[in-house]
Amino acid sequence: MLNKKRNRESGEIDGSSLADIAFLLLIFFLVVTTIDVDTGIGLVLPPIPDDIEPPPVRERNLMKILVNAQGMVLINEEPASVGEVRDRIKRFVDNNGADPDLSESPDDAIVSIKTDRRTPYNVYIDMLDEVMGAYAELRHQASMDRFGVPYSSLEDNSERKAEIQEMYPKKISIAEPDEG
Amino acid sequence: MAHFKKKQAATSQGVPTAAMPDVVFMLLIFFMVTTVLREVELQVQVNYAGAENIEKIEQKRLVSYIYIGPERLSGNRVGETKVQIDDALVDDMGSIRNIMYDKLMEEPRLIVSLRVDEDSEFGIITDVQQELRHAGTLRINYSTRREI
Repeated sequence: MLNKKRNRESGEIDGSSLADIAFLLLIFFLVVTTIDVDTGIGLVLPPIPDDIEPPPVRERNLMKILVNAQGMVLINEEPASVGEVRDRIKRFVDNNGADPDLSESPDDAIVSIKTDRRTPYNVYIDMLDEVMGAYAELRHQASMDRFGVPYSSLEDNSERKAEIQEMYPKKISIAEPDEG
Repeated sequence: MAHFKKKQAATSQGVPTAAMPDVVFMLLIFFMVTTVLREVELQVQVNYAGAENIEKIEQKRLVSYIYIGPERLSGNRVGETKVQIDDALVDDMGSIRNIMYDKLMEEPRLIVSLRVDEDSEFGIITDVQQELRHAGTLRINYSTRREI
């Protein structure tokens, strides 16, 4: 028998460079990744009205905010500043029937927002921000009174949060745009 | 002269690096999963307006974006205000309705995020909103940056 002499090399693949390759890929993905969270003001548009007339709303339960082409804010047809909006809404929503000109209950209160075609967008957002801020403050207050914890610390979809949301529902209406 | 040899510890000195590739791979896989390689190429210029009372959108896969702003032209100039959905500019406002309706069929819980340039006029947004109402995509979100 012939004894074959063979200088066998080790049969395994060298794995020491694996880490280097993985590092390279890792660095690539590290550089490419952007973890950005989309933030903004959420709103629900009203559906297109059918032929059915919307239910009548009493004048006192409606707060009309108009932002006109010059970027001026008018509350119930009277000029106001953007900074005023928050307090006005808080008083309007949290009136509970005390003042005959303001809403009957937070559940009935509707904030109607109307804009012109040439309204500057940032004024609109500032105004909407104030509206959201007013509701956030009212909800925070209600949460502190009831549960002794800030509204922001309540968990999503929890019973407590739903309760507060029911106390102060955000009834914000986008008015139908004018024709033409 | 007597020479004392220092006794060395029997254990080896180096940190074992055999597990390093595993750790690196784990990190690698994490970043590969979280990475979104390509967002849409913006053809309009969008500077977000700032706001304080903003909320995060947790479910990113529900979100569809509409960009509204002045069109980007060559040489750092900007043109007229245009609407962009996905990768294309929309010239005909009436077609937004069909595009968004198709998206709504794919994802019934769709949230439309409006990324609007802060210097825009509201008329074009009104038009887009009317189209969205016709399409039935009623949940919207105005993208803003956090203002402190």
